[in-house]
Amino acid sequence: MKQDRATKKTMLLDSRPEAVEQTRQWLLSQLNQFEYGDDDVFAVQLAFQEAFYNAMKHGNKMDAGKKVKIYFVIDPDRIEISMTDNGSGFDPDAVPDCRIGENLYKTEGRGLLLMRSYMDIVEFNEIGNSVHMVRFPRGTKSHASTARK
Amino acid sequence: MTQMNPRITVSYEDTATIVTFTDEKILEEKDVRQLEQSLASLIDQAEGIVLVLDFSNVRFMSSAVLGLLIKVSKRVYEHEGRLALCAIGPKIYEIFKITRLTKIFDIYKDADDAVKRLAEPQ
Repeated sequence: MKQDRATKKTMLLDSRPEAVEQTRQWLLSQLNQFEYGDDDVFAVQLAFQEAFYNAMKHGNKMDAGKKVKIYFVIDPDRIEISMTDNGSGFDPDAVPDCRIGENLYKTEGRGLLLMRSYMDIVEFNEIGNSVHMVRFPRGTKSHASTARK
Repeated sequence: MTQMNPRITVSYEDTATIVTFTDEKILEEKDVRQLEQSLASLIDQAEGIVLVLDFSNVRFMSSAVLGLLIKVSKRVYEHEGRLALCAIGPKIYEIFKITRLTKIFDIYKDADDAVKRLAEPQ
């Protein structure tokens, strides 16, 4: 049965790549319970993965002792993810455009572009160590024709 | 002839080496590192390799895979080889479009098509 009441959950993850898997599985199960469609599931999963990677690698510098704090709000109308690391932050507007010139050949630096492409809202706090992302559904499994994109 | 590695299968058709990713999801850094090692070993063993990377099993991947592909392409060209990607599903193809990597990779609909095109003179 489709879930109607919002799910709100806070998690603290170690800065280790394998730490994210259980949370990713939980997120998928929640999206499934709310009957989000494939496009939404793909988009949110990708943005979540990229945000966690950035927090772990660039924010917490792979220091396993440092935590990544994640806050989810999931309801039928939106999927909201906030993620905060213990790093000193960064200026998201200063990140080079990975689609231009020699940047195309760089092996990193595409995560932020993907987060912005797949989520409707991507906002950082002032110092840049916390990101808040929201996606509004394009349709559900049973009502894919209600796509609003 | 087909060889199995933990996360890829390798087959040969004409002069091409076809590497098929076996995982549906490629996410973790250790998975990407493992793939990088397997591919590097293949490329280093065959000067002038004609390499086709088949994505037909892949349903989800992170941007770490894009970084891997850039590394692989550099290595292939250093060995004077040729590289093509194929059988990329619509959702994954969208990632290539957004990042404009469609500009630097030759992408074909399936392995047969890629092998045929790579056999054509440059």
